[in-house]
Amino acid sequence: MSIDENTVRKIAKLSRISVSEDDIKYISEDLSKILEWIEQLSQVDTNEVEPVFSSFEEDTKLKKRKDEIADGGYRENIIANAPKTKEGFFLVPKIVD
Amino acid sequence: MNEITKLSLHQTRDALNKKEFSCKELITSHIKEMESSRPLNLFITETIDHAIKSAETSDKNIKNKKLRNLEGLPFGIKDMFCTKDIKTTASSKMLSNFIPPYESTVTKNLWNDGAILLGKLNNDEFAMGSSNETSFFGPTKNPWKINDSKNYIVPGGSSGGSAAAVAANVGVASIGTDTGGSIRQPASFTGTVGFKPTYGRCSRWGIIAFASSLDQAGTITKNVKDSAIVLNSICSYDPKDSTSSNKSIPDFEKSLEKSVKGKKVGIPKEFVQEGIAEEILNLWDNGKKWLKESGAEIVDISLPNIKYALPCYYIIAPAEASSNLARYDGVKFTHRVEADNIDDMYELTRSDGFGEEVKRRIMIGTYVLSSGYYDAYYLKAQKVRALITEDFKNVFKDIDVVLTPSTPTSAFEIGEKMDDPLSMYLNDVFTVPVNLAGLPAVSVPVGLDKNKLPLGLQLIGKSFDEETILSFASVIEKSANFRHSPEEWWKNE
Amino acid sequence: MNNLIKGDTGNWEVVIGIEVHAQVISQSKLFSSAATEFGAEHNTQVSFVDAGMPGMLPVINWVCVEQAIKTGLGLNAKINTYSIFDRKNYFYPDLPQGYQISQYKQPIVGEGNISIDLSDGSSKNIRIERLHLEQDAGKSLHDQHPSYSYVDLNRSGIALMEIVSMPDMSSSEEAQAYVKKLRSIVRYLGTCDGNMEEGSLRADVNVSVRKLGKELGTRCEIKNVNSIKFIGQAIEYEAKRQIDLIEDSKKVPQETRLFDPKKGETRSMRSKEEAHDYRYFPDPDLLPLIFSEDVVEKIKNSIPELPDERKKRFESDYSLSSYDSSILVGDKETADYFEELTVGRNAKLVANWLTGEFFAAMNKLGFSVENSPISKTNFGMLIDLIENNTISNRIAKDIFEIMIETGDDPETIVEKKGMKQVSDEGELEEIIDSIIEKNPEQVESLNEKPKLMGWFVGQVMKETNGKANPSIVNKLLSKKLNN
Ligand SMILES: [Mg+2]
Ligand SMILES: [Zn+2]
Repeated sequence: MSIDENTVRKIAKLSRISVSEDDIKYISEDLSKILEWIEQLSQVDTNEVEPVFSSFEEDTKLKKRKDEIADGGYRENIIANAPKTKEGFFLVPKIVD
Repeated sequence: MNEITKLSLHQTRDALNKKEFSCKELITSHIKEMESSRPLNLFITETIDHAIKSAETSDKNIKNKKLRNLEGLPFGIKDMFCTKDIKTTASSKMLSNFIPPYESTVTKNLWNDGAILLGKLNNDEFAMGSSNETSFFGPTKNPWKINDSKNYIVPGGSSGGSAAAVAANVGVASIGTDTGGSIRQPASFTGTVGFKPTYGRCSRWGIIAFASSLDQAGTITKNVKDSAIVLNSICSYDPKDSTSSNKSIPDFEKSLEKSVKGKKVGIPKEFVQEGIAEEILNLWDNGKKWLKESGAEIVDISLPNIKYALPCYYIIAPAEASSNLARYDGVKFTHRVEADNIDDMYELTRSDGFGEEVKRRIMIGTYVLSSGYYDAYYLKAQKVRALITEDFKNVFKDIDVVLTPSTPTSAFEIGEKMDDPLSMYLNDVFTVPVNLAGLPAVSVPVGLDKNKLPLGLQLIGKSFDEETILSFASVIEKSANFRHSPEEWWKNE
Repeated sequence: MNNLIKGDTGNWEVVIGIEVHAQVISQSKLFSSAATEFGAEHNTQVSFVDAGMPGMLPVINWVCVEQAIKTGLGLNAKINTYSIFDRKNYFYPDLPQGYQISQYKQPIVGEGNISIDLSDGSSKNIRIERLHLEQDAGKSLHDQHPSYSYVDLNRSGIALMEIVSMPDMSSSEEAQAYVKKLRSIVRYLGTCDGNMEEGSLRADVNVSVRKLGKELGTRCEIKNVNSIKFIGQAIEYEAKRQIDLIEDSKKVPQETRLFDPKKGETRSMRSKEEAHDYRYFPDPDLLPLIFSEDVVEKIKNSIPELPDERKKRFESDYSLSSYDSSILVGDKETADYFEELTVGRNAKLVANWLTGEFFAAMNKLGFSVENSPISKTNFGMLIDLIENNTISNRIAKDIFEIMIETGDDPETIVEKKGMKQVSDEGELEEIIDSIIEKNPEQVESLNEKPKLMGWFVGQVMKETNGKANPSIVNKLLSKKLNN
């Protein structure tokens, strides 16, 4: 399967990455090449296979956390790296619903 | 004086203990080495003042005999580890001014043991790459050069800065991350030892995520013993990481002396067919011979699904990355391109802040997770991953380690593969399966190729059995007796 | 029940399904140790995890898991001892990670059902499709600045239970009863405070219409309706809007809508129009959520009496009507209050007073049983005064008013204002005799107009300022006048 130009536009939009119309063709070819190579996976018979989502040992259980307040309260640290803030808020271009 | 920096980690440690030189002298030497190696573009951030101040503390501790395990030893850290109040960039424009208000667990472990930060090392942007060329701060150059050639070659990646620094004697050891070979491949390219422990051995807390189910911290050192020493420090159970293991951590240094006699080494036949260079096959044969001579048994094995590891990886890693990197949206972290509406701000910021390879992988990852394609790509890949994991489990019923080459080729010239992502991806063909199965592995330098570039062999162990690979790695190291080091050409540039 | 809506072309049926987001009661967030308390200074209850900082990782708060299991049990639902946390990927400034950790294909709670009570005394079973755990998002404020929205992440990462119903409701009344019942259950369980004003419980209402028995029309989702009243208004408006569109031969576009309480209308949310593709996949930072049946069993044993059981007990133990019982048990605090008040007292009298005067007054003044200006002791004392004939029911109402104003106890009020009921037969006989004597004509016409008896009672009340014991007055009057 190849990633056609419309699909490039769609996934660029989903990824929130702006791509110029001039680049669409190149990106489509570039991604298609990789995708065609990836397609060799279809040769593998996985009918009876359960997927593995983590390379972690099966006998390990999810960690539990106690319900206690032990974090937060450092607003300055939270917003310190933000490009635009005011009065302790993050600022973004106005959103209209 | 600069002979000090040629010492390995454990040699330096012993010398410090014996007060052959002070920590201040040690650190000063390494800082000098760091400054003279600037043409290699190893560091994104140098922390000279911090290092000197820390050296004074360590000297006091040495004087008061309050020595910690890594007291006074200078480390370079891959710029994927968040270091408190010290710029951490992931080698991306997106985070080029990011100053974390927290310290990663792995680096915290090092500092608690007395190690000293020299600076933050260059890597491929967000650890995506195999040559260190995708860094926003420019490529790191390999201290090694092709015989008589003027051209620069890559140190490998993504922990290229980490590997090159150790090869150039800047810092006694470096810390890297390995998602698909990012420690072992650059170690192989630079004649250093690169160790990736089992997934879950090191906490991922505070490491900028690339592909969460594959990322694992590890070491790049001058020898096997040094990696055991550093592993003892960085491996820890961390309640802040749900995937960190609470299995007890053995004393890795002790496992070096264990005999390999009677143990079985698997040689996977599938690795032979990958269009691999003659001289690499020869070195591999040497490896088999050395292990046999040490009393180990060589067994031919088959990992039938291993040939699908690379395409499998190039679905899973980009998928996870596409999600992990969604947080870089111009709202919270330094880089933003202003726009009138939120979507334009997002799109312009991300388009400008990420490099080509990162954008390529985000788009591939977005595609394989998108509705209609999830089952055919992402789910399929996780099923193939299950088969690969099974393959390893099956062979490890009968054998103790797997021996393979670390890379199909030696290091290549800067720019050689940048226009061909697929040929770049093939660099990791031998290392990627290990990450998919979460296993521990090490690359040990064993020789030079016809261009006088280093090559390594890889040892893969059972889950949480770092000890066995360390003992095998010691044998290989002794037998190979790799004593080469690059000419220090950068000092004349 | 007939829920049909008459249109120009015939009768229409409304089909409603509801997704409720209920904030879990817990000290700290679902995957971080930051506080959850409502109303804190912006961005002060935010950890590095909640802000989606690089390298930060989630670790689950076990109390939130227990709360979800408990709620599932309260909804008579199947508990899944194996479930998966997924990432739901989308961009929004109040979603700092760029994804929400939620549960997609394998939620912690599966199918269940609850019974809702309707005003005609009937009840209806509403099926629950699932309940899953997920993170809340932060909050964007849009009215602080002409060109910027402000983002506060205090809410980011708080645990929510998303409870999804089957499309089993067919009127706004049923939808309201469903949300009320759900709220009642989670409050009894102590798993969510149900406070819709503060957003602890929010409803997304899916509405579609169809001709009786015909194929279902396109559904519209009305997001974040934040009161029971608005749920009713939104459904009424939306059903009518859709019927009008179809009867005008227009299409109902599938879309997300917002309810505007000021206008009583729903409107399209333009920003949500773009087709979403959430790219769910299992969160690699977390392992599957697995627990044993023992965990479920233990939680089951800790579940308190729920409204349905309690209602049945009220009917049998206190001989209350089904209607009164359902009103009393709807709110746990009210039911507790009733049970405490009714010890050693006439339950019916207590129930009448609670559901009558008391609720009316509390509603009017905006109080509840918990913060009422009348103490429980004083309210009990008032009931006692009625029960032992110290005051009449009518006087009691006056005293009740005074109690609200002054906070005084009823005995003091009765004493001070001389409002004690006159039950002394001799005293009353004297008054009655004098009235009979002064009104011979009325006595005369009593045979033709038996209703005049009430006039005599009134006269006695007038003479006694309403304090005469009405039953004794009646008894004496009939003795004197009917012979
Ligand atoms: Mg939903
Ligand atoms: Zn939800």
